[in-house]
Amino acid sequence: MANLGINHVTKSFGSLAVLKDIKISIEDGEFLVLVGPSGCGKSTLLSIIAGLEEHTSGTITIDGRPVDDLEPKERDIAMVFQSYALYPAMTVEQNIGFSLEMSKMPKAERVERVSKVADLLQISHLLKRRPGQLSGGQRQRVAMGRALVREPKIFLFDEPLSNLDAKLRVEMRTEIKRLHQRLGATIVYVTHDQIEAMTMATRIAVMKDGVLQQFGTPEDIYDRPANVFVATFMGSPPMNLLPATVVDGASGPRLSLKGADVTLPLPSSVTARLEPGSDVLLGLRPEWLSLAAEEVSANPMLTLHVDVIEPTGPDVFVALRAGEREIMARLPTGTPIRSGEKRAFALDLSKAVVFDAGTGIAH
Amino acid sequence: MTAVPDSSFAMALGRPRSLNPTKMFGRIFVYGCLVVLAALFLAPLASMVMTSLKSMEEIRSGTLLSVPQAPTIEAWASVWNSACISVACGGLQGYFGNSFLIAVPATLISVGLGALNGYVFSTWRFRGDNVLFGLILFGCFIPLQIVLIPMAGLLGMLGLAGTIPGLVLVHVVYGVCFTTMFFRNYFVTVPAEIFKAARVDGAGFWAIFFRILLPISWPIVMVSIIWQFTGVWNDFLFGVSFAAGSSQPITVAVNNLVNTSTGTKAYNEDMAAAMIAALPTIVIYVAAGRYFLRGLMAGAVKG
Repeated sequence: MANLGINHVTKSFGSLAVLKDIKISIEDGEFLVLVGPSGCGKSTLLSIIAGLEEHTSGTITIDGRPVDDLEPKERDIAMVFQSYALYPAMTVEQNIGFSLEMSKMPKAERVERVSKVADLLQISHLLKRRPGQLSGGQRQRVAMGRALVREPKIFLFDEPLSNLDAKLRVEMRTEIKRLHQRLGATIVYVTHDQIEAMTMATRIAVMKDGVLQQFGTPEDIYDRPANVFVATFMGSPPMNLLPATVVDGASGPRLSLKGADVTLPLPSSVTARLEPGSDVLLGLRPEWLSLAAEEVSANPMLTLHVDVIEPTGPDVFVALRAGEREIMARLPTGTPIRSGEKRAFALDLSKAVVFDAGTGIAH
Repeated sequence: MTAVPDSSFAMALGRPRSLNPTKMFGRIFVYGCLVVLAALFLAPLASMVMTSLKSMEEIRSGTLLSVPQAPTIEAWASVWNSACISVACGGLQGYFGNSFLIAVPATLISVGLGALNGYVFSTWRFRGDNVLFGLILFGCFIPLQIVLIPMAGLLGMLGLAGTIPGLVLVHVVYGVCFTTMFFRNYFVTVPAEIFKAARVDGAGFWAIFFRILLPISWPIVMVSIIWQFTGVWNDFLFGVSFAAGSSQPITVAVNNLVNTSTGTKAYNEDMAAAMIAALPTIVIYVAAGRYFLRGLMAGAVKG
């Protein structure tokens, strides 16, 4: 178990920079998720932490000790790969025990460690089989076993669940999180799935085009996105972004929504001074809209045209229209609403975020 | 159990069977063609076997494909034990042994080196690796005749001229190009993540090769062995150029046997000698041919 520091790491292939000045540090026992669209550099960063690829500049530290010049095997890490990368000619037992064998551990101790891990992952009955005779979920467990058996300082996961079907993916998600709680291990986990990121992480690093967009707790990322990219990438359906202009009001600046004859108070989260006349984007999560009761609500209201209703079971996603603009709302199932109606919706602005319309950065 | 209805019964029911007359005719035509072609293809072999089992009298009186009336293995025994090849009259057995002494080490060494080369070229990048691989590939396309003179000079310098180790060296040098290509093209189909996992697990260069890669490489190992063994065994040009007298391979010996017979031509002995020379490659193909095909497929279409 150890902390991990990624200090000003860059990586370029010739003139093409794939990682730009990445700076992340996590404490012992944290679960860091690197998330971003494909091509954002998250897997490259993981390979650099593992020592499988070299970075161009910067330092990686494990337990405060620089590991830049160490081979993967000297870094005391273990890795789980997307394709599981099991050794086809070896049995499950040999697969799990291979790293111990390479480190010249005596056979008796090896067998004991392997059987302990197999018990933990409930794959004891599979030890004599070969990878070709296992299902996808079983291979996934073997791949995890191969990492667990080493008791490394840091576990690295490279999209380990993306080859599984939806049901198994959710099960394994829970299982990995349970393992994390039980072992208190430090984990770095790469995924493109923002739900995996939100559910498992204690820290999330959102990346795009080789640049770290935001690094924080899941709550930070979800409630206080640093920019428009994070706001729309994390969360499903994504955050609504409503173009607005800052106007002067009686009690300070207000937001005038474009295409609607409404002004709203500035969300309390905004601390910066906004110049009247500047263009902004008001960020609203779908769940911060609710069907307004008949009486006057404390929250500001917006009358919107109900376009499409998508029941998901526990919730209903409702696509609303305000002129040209589409706004998604997430309402509890059973909300009396029909498509084609015009209804008043209350906006909970307590968590709303305001972005600069030009730069996309949160104010 | 219900009886399978015959075709007239099926037709009476108005249900066409899967094999209607048109299809049946097509099937017969296809099989007919195959049988005729197979017969054509096998005729020379049949003729050789028949002739080798006949006495010279019978050969003179009979036809090429007639079945021997009084089968005898005299011709086989004579070419094996006592036929005169050039000046020595010890039969083919020594040369048969020579061919094994050449083909077995040449095959094992060239396959081993090819596997190692292929592993390096597919997995471990280094400066100029693609250029080097291109050069090795180029070796596959150099006609044998071009290297004869320089190779003779090299063997002379090494003191290996006219010896079996010299021939082994020639075949290894020439075969490594092919085996390198086979193994490299096979190994590039192995997912890169397996190598990464092995490196993280602490496996080094040799451990990855012997523990992880070789155990899944048997199809391409079989392909390379068959390819190399038959190539080396059947070689005539290098054998006739670089081997002298008693170190000649069987291909050269058969040639000498056929060409130096005095008096009447002993067709039965010629055929027996050719059969003996061809037997090991036939045995290898019959025993391992399916691995050969499977190996070629495994390299070509990777699921």
